Amino acid sequence: MEQTAIDPSQVKGWGIDADVRNDPTYPIKRRNNGEHAGYSWVRPSQQPISVEILHSNERPNVSATFGTSTPPAGLSGVFRRIAFRYSESSYGHWLPLMLADRIGVMEGVLGDLVRGHVPNFFGELGWKAEWQHNRKSLMGRILFGALMIAALTGYFRGRRE
Amino acid sequence: MLAMNYRGPLRVRIDDKPMPEILHPQDAIVRVTRSCICGSDLHLYNGSVPDTRVGMTFGHEFTGFVEQVGEEVQKLRVGDHVLVPFNIACGKCVFCEQELYGNCHESNPEATAVGGIFGYSHTAGGYDGGQAEYVRVPYADVGPTVIPQGMDPDDAVLLTDVVPTGYQAAEMGGIQPGDTVVVFGAGPVGIMAARCAWLFGAGRVIVIDHVDYRLEFVKNYAPCEAYNFRSLEDPVVFIKRTTGWLGADVCIDAVGAEAAGSAMQTLLGRKLLMQGGSATALHWAINSVKKGGIVSIVGVYGPIDTLVPIGNVVNKGLTLRANQASVKRLLPRLIQHVQNGVLNPKALITHRVPLEYVSDAYRIFSAKLDGCIKPVLLPPSARS
Repeated sequence: MEQTAIDPSQVKGWGIDADVRNDPTYPIKRRNNGEHAGYSWVRPSQQPISVEILHSNERPNVSATFGTSTPPAGLSGVFRRIAFRYSESSYGHWLPLMLADRIGVMEGVLGDLVRGHVPNFFGELGWKAEWQHNRKSLMGRILFGALMIAALTGYFRGRRE
Repeated sequence: MLAMNYRGPLRVRIDDKPMPEILHPQDAIVRVTRSCICGSDLHLYNGSVPDTRVGMTFGHEFTGFVEQVGEEVQKLRVGDHVLVPFNIACGKCVFCEQELYGNCHESNPEATAVGGIFGYSHTAGGYDGGQAEYVRVPYADVGPTVIPQGMDPDDAVLLTDVVPTGYQAAEMGGIQPGDTVVVFGAGPVGIMAARCAWLFGAGRVIVIDHVDYRLEFVKNYAPCEAYNFRSLEDPVVFIKRTTGWLGADVCIDAVGAEAAGSAMQTLLGRKLLMQGGSATALHWAINSVKKGGIVSIVGVYGPIDTLVPIGNVVNKGLTLRANQASVKRLLPRLIQHVQNGVLNPKALITHRVPLEYVSDAYRIFSAKLDGCIKPVLLPPSARS
């Protein structure tokens, strides 16, 4: 069905109850209703797109500036590219991104090892601070972890035998 | 240069990273002098913000000296000591023109629901942040503000986020003289929201949290009534009872995605990541406010669906107001409040940590160790 634009001034009663004070955006927004003209402002100059930038399909372009940190790469990058086929309103967008984030963690560890760097997990987790300020709880958690590993090892060894 | 490097949930470290470069004619490069860890950084740290990529540098609350400027930068000079709002704003788009600097449309290609934010995942533009020795600052003529002479840099760094966010939380509450305001969350933003509620004429300010040392702090700092929800059978019933059984006039959610207090919300929002965070504070805010009341939300949530009692919002006729703080809009007034001694932001800083110990700083802040309220990271050049 073809839609035609409606001239509001021809609509009976148009605007008779309008009240500019009825504006819950005050004082956060200095309202000028510029949005009514759509995406039509004079844009800042475009930052050269020197790395792969995935942009939301809810906008027609890459914003005038953007961050160039960690462009998509590897298997996580594949999932990120898939995600950007879907809108921000879709789980098809967010779920692949969350999966990509988890894959990225594994890629990060592998990347470290390939570069000859063995990650210091305890250091990265800030366990030194835990040891200094929360020793009892840290030791409890370590003990709990050790017991769980021992129990699981015992269980699987028993099943094998 | 030294920079914080995210390696996965709960894992961060300090690394050598390449120096940032001017990538746009309106860029500046800033040598960082102070950089805070924000409560909202913990959402990234915990791995709950989608598109948080390994290798990224966080940090959206920082000050520093301008080292280099792009050819179109006119207002800033090399050597200026600036505070940099956490929002990256172009100043030209229709949203910036209406002072919605937290909603800029020309700073984030990856999502339309949020403007660019320094060091806050690719969902907020993919910019490396200020927990580093140097940082690239886009639109340098718009956001960065020269720190007024005589202002303590510790006050200045808290004007980049904590103070404006706390202030806007109170502002969005539409507080009228005599109103009872309940702030959920006694983190730095909640503390500042409670303090600022008085500036709008509140008649009573109540803060709810579960961390005793923070409640003790806010009770003296705001000042206000402060209650541990673990000692209350039901915080909503408590608020109803203490407000003559009608509810608070204004409730503020200053917690966001990491809220404690509900096993179901914690499981779905924090452990399984099946919703945009644990919305316990927002749930309580909606249910504690009076009919026709206002709920102001500055707690940060992820972009996916989140369980809240929306039916009660309708039936109680509530007004929900929310946004990322529009730092640039608020700065002139807030600088004045700090200079006049009305606000004392630096009192929130409990920990000054060398940037090199960033992993420990995150752990201390995240696990609320050692009485931590606000940690600030100091790069080597700022310590000499």
